Amino acid sequence: MTSNSYLRISNLSKKFGEFEALKNISLDVYESEFVCFLGPSGCGKTTLLRAIAGLDIQTTGRIEQAGKDISALPPSERDFGIVFQSYALFPNLTVERNVAFGLENRGMARAKIRERVTELLDVVGLPDQGRKYPAQLSGGQQQRVALARALATSPGLLLLDEPLSALDARVRARLRLEIKQLQQKLKVTTIMVTHDQEEALTMADRIVVMDHGVIRQVGAPRDIYAAPSSAFVADFIGTMNFLAGRVAGDGVVEVRGTPFRCDTADIPPGEEVTLSIRPEDVILCNGDADVVNGLDTVVRYVEFLGPFCRVGLASDVFEDGEVCADLSSNMMRERTIEQDAPLKVRFPENLVRVFPARS
Amino acid sequence: MAANAQSLSEAIVKPRLSRDDWIMRASMIVIGAFLLVAVVLPLYSMMSKSMENKDGAFIGLANFYEYFSTPSLFLSGVNSLWVAALVTVIVLVTAFVYAYALTRTCMPFKWFFRLVAVIPLLAPSLLSGISLVYWFGNQGVAKELLMGESIYGPIGIVIGSAYWVFPHALMIVITALSITDARLYEAAAALRTSAIRTFFTVTLPGCKYGLISAGFVVFILVFTDFGVPKVIGGNFNMLATDIYKQVIGQQNFQMGAVVSVVLLVPAVIAFGVDRLVQKKQVALLSARAVPLEPKPNRRVDMLMLAFCSFVALLILLMIGMAQYAAIIKFWPYNLTLTLHNYNFDLANGGGWDAYFNSVKMATYTAVFGTLIVFFGAYLVEKGRGFNVGRNVFHGFAMLPLAVPGMVLGLSYIFFFNNPSNPFNFIYGTMIILVVSTVAHFYTVSHLTAVTALKQMDAEFESVAASLKTPFYKTFLKVTVPVCLPATMDIFIYLFLNAMTTVSAVVFIYSTDTQLASVAVLNMDDQGELSFAAAMAMMIAYTCAGARLLHLLLTRGVMRSSQAWRQR
Repeated sequence: MTSNSYLRISNLSKKFGEFEALKNISLDVYESEFVCFLGPSGCGKTTLLRAIAGLDIQTTGRIEQAGKDISALPPSERDFGIVFQSYALFPNLTVERNVAFGLENRGMARAKIRERVTELLDVVGLPDQGRKYPAQLSGGQQQRVALARALATSPGLLLLDEPLSALDARVRARLRLEIKQLQQKLKVTTIMVTHDQEEALTMADRIVVMDHGVIRQVGAPRDIYAAPSSAFVADFIGTMNFLAGRVAGDGVVEVRGTPFRCDTADIPPGEEVTLSIRPEDVILCNGDADVVNGLDTVVRYVEFLGPFCRVGLASDVFEDGEVCADLSSNMMRERTIEQDAPLKVRFPENLVRVFPARS
Repeated sequence: MAANAQSLSEAIVKPRLSRDDWIMRASMIVIGAFLLVAVVLPLYSMMSKSMENKDGAFIGLANFYEYFSTPSLFLSGVNSLWVAALVTVIVLVTAFVYAYALTRTCMPFKWFFRLVAVIPLLAPSLLSGISLVYWFGNQGVAKELLMGESIYGPIGIVIGSAYWVFPHALMIVITALSITDARLYEAAAALRTSAIRTFFTVTLPGCKYGLISAGFVVFILVFTDFGVPKVIGGNFNMLATDIYKQVIGQQNFQMGAVVSVVLLVPAVIAFGVDRLVQKKQVALLSARAVPLEPKPNRRVDMLMLAFCSFVALLILLMIGMAQYAAIIKFWPYNLTLTLHNYNFDLANGGGWDAYFNSVKMATYTAVFGTLIVFFGAYLVEKGRGFNVGRNVFHGFAMLPLAVPGMVLGLSYIFFFNNPSNPFNFIYGTMIILVVSTVAHFYTVSHLTAVTALKQMDAEFESVAASLKTPFYKTFLKVTVPVCLPATMDIFIYLFLNAMTTVSAVVFIYSTDTQLASVAVLNMDDQGELSFAAAMAMMIAYTCAGARLLHLLLTRGVMRSSQAWRQR
C-alpha cells in the first residue's frame, strides 16, 4: 500500500479463552494521522489499543511500527506514549516529576530535563502548576499533565484510551479541541479509543468503527456520517430512522405498500431491506402538492431541544414505530406544529439509504 | 492468496519477555520457594509422618484408627469443638454490641473504648490464664463467685479465650459496620419503618458477612489455641494441648502428627468457607455510598455506655490482675509491692535473655517479613503474564492462615530436624524462629499488602513501561511511598504477633534462642506464676510501646504526605 503507513496491523486476532475479542483485524495508520477507534463497549477497541501497546499481546497476527515488526515485543521495547481514562498520574510525585518521569532514566542532564518539562507544561497550558501534586489539580488539568507526561519522551505514537470520559461535558468539549490542535502541531501519529461518537467526529482524521471484534467501517468522519456502509454504523454514528421494506424494482423500495424512490444500488428486486433516513434530512412539505416520497403523518410528540425540536411522527407506513424529524427552531416558528396535528413530510430521494435487512 | 495470508497469520504470537519480566518472575520464584520451604514442605512431612509408625515405616491410616479409638484423645476433639463454639457465640454477641456502640451511636468516650479493646492483643494468650488463676484459682480473690466450680477447666478456658480473641472479632465487626450506606437508613425512615425492623432488615443483613467472617476467625483461633488451655485447662484436654503433651511429654511424634492433621481439617474447612463468604462481601457497597453519621439518642447511648464500660472493666481487671501479680511479693500472704519478679534471671523458666531474644526475633520478623511479604504481594498484583506462577504463589500465600501455629511448629520439627535436609543447619537457631513466624503470619500481611496495592491505579505499571522505566524504579519511587502506611501496618502486625506467639515457636526454640512468650509458659509450668505474670507484662509493655511508636510514625507519615494523600 502507500509508503507512509506508519503502523500496519495485519490479521490480528485476540482470544480470551473461548471468547474472541478481536477477529482478524487489518488496518493501516499513516504518519501524523489522528485515528479514532469508535464502538460500543465490548467491541474490542480497547483490546486493539492494548495489543498495539503490547500490554495485552494478540493471540495471532502481526503489528509493524515504522517498518519494524513489534508483534511480540513487551511494552517497554515499543515506542509509544499512553494516556488512560484514569490519568494514572503518580500521586506522590509533583506535576513536574510526573512529566519528568520518563526522562529521568535516560541519562539526560538535570537542566535539560527541567527545560523539557517547562516546555511541555507550556504546551499543555499549565505553565505554573509544576510544583503541585495531582490531587490538587482539577480533572481536566490532570489529564493535561498525563498528556504532557506521555509526550515527554517524544514517542512516535500516542495512544489515548478514553482520555476524556472521566471529565464533565464542558471541560471535555474544550479539551478535545486542545488535544486535536496539539496533535496537529506536533504531528504525532495518534490513536484514540472512545465510545463517544461526537468525540470521534470532531477529533479524528479517520474513524475506525468497530463492533464485536471486527472493523465495520473505516473513513473520514464526514464520509462515515454521510455514507455509512451498514445499518449498524448508521445507527451508531448519529441518529437514524429505520423502516423495514422490500426492493420493488430498480430505485424503488416498498414499505408496507408505499413506494419510496431511492438508490437501491445493486440489490435485486424482492430482497428484504432496511430503509433509513436521518432525522435532520426529513423535510416539511408546504401545501398538498404531490411530491416524490411525500408522506402524510401525525405528530406524536414535540421534544424541545434548544436549537431544534425533535418531532415524533406516526403513520400507517411506520407500523408501531415512529420516525423522528429534527426541525430547526427557525422552521418551527413559521409553522405551528403541535401534538396530534397532521403533518406532511418528504424523504429526499438522495438522502434515503438502503441497507440489506438486519437479521 | 487470501487463504494463504490467513494461514500465515495463524501462528500464535509468543510474547517476548522484557528484562523486567525476567527479574519479576525470578523474584517471585525465589519468594515462592521460600513459602514452599517454610510452609508447604513442612506440612507435607508432617502429613507423611502421621502415616508412619515409630520406625518410620508407612502404615497408612492406622495411626488415625488408633486415635479415633482412644476415647481420651477423641474426647479432646469433642471438647475443642464445643468450647470453640461456645466462645464464638459469646464473643460474637459481645463484639457486635461493642462495635455497634462504637460505630452507630453517639456514646461518649469512644476513643477510650477503642483503646481498651486492643489491650488483649498486646500479650500472649497465656496472660489471661495467669490472671484467671489469681482471680478464681485455688487462692483466688473472687473464688466464691464460681460457687464451688473450679476455674481449672472449661470455665477458665472459655473466659480466658473470650478475653484474648475479643479484639480480633471486634476489628472485623467494626469494619463490617463501618461500611454502610446512609441512604438505606433514610429510605427506611421515609417508609416509617420501626427502629427494630430497620435493625433486622438493614443493619444485620448489611454486616452479615462480617459477622460470619468474625465467627470463623474466632472459632479457628480458639479451636487451635494452646496458651489458654495450657495454663488454665487443668485436666480438661483439648486438641492443641494434646499435641503438646504427645510431643513434649511423651515424645510420641507420630501421634502428635495425627492430632495435628485432625486439628488442621476443621481449620482448613472454616478457612475455605470464610474465603467464600469474603468474596461475596466485596460487591456489597457501591462507590457512591453515603457514610452514616450516627444521631444522638440518649437512652441508647447511655445503655451502650454501660455495656461498653462493663466489657472494658473486664478487660482492665484481667490485665490489671496480671500487672498486680507481677509486682507483689508472695501471693496471697505477702502483698507488699516489689520489683523482685522482674528479676527473671532468678527464675527457672528463662531469664532476661529470653526477653531480648524475643525483641530481636520480633524485629527480624517484622523487618524481613515486611520486605518479603510486600514485595511478594507486589509481584503477584502487578506482574505481567505468568498467570500460573502468580496463582500458585497466591495459593501458597493464603495457606498459612489455615494452618494452626502448633501444627506449623510440629511440622518444622519433622522437616528441619531431618539431618538429610539441606536446611537442617537453621534448626535450633534464630533463623528458624524468624522463618516460622513470618510463615505463620504471612497470610494476613499478604492480604493487607494486596488490598493496598489494589487501591493503586492498575495502569501505573503500563505507563511506566511506556516510559521505559524499569519496574524497580517505579516500585521505589511510587509504589512504596504510596503504600507506606500499609507496610507500616504489616510491620507492626508482624512485630506484635512475633512478640506474643507461643504456639509455633514452642516446638522449635533452643536453649540459646529461648523466647519471652515461651518463658511465660515454662515459668507457669514450674509454678513460678509471679515471674510468669511479670514476663507477660514485659511483653505487654513492649508491644504497647511499639504500637504507640507505630501510631506516632503513621501520623508523621500521613502529615508529611498530606499534600498528595487526599481524595
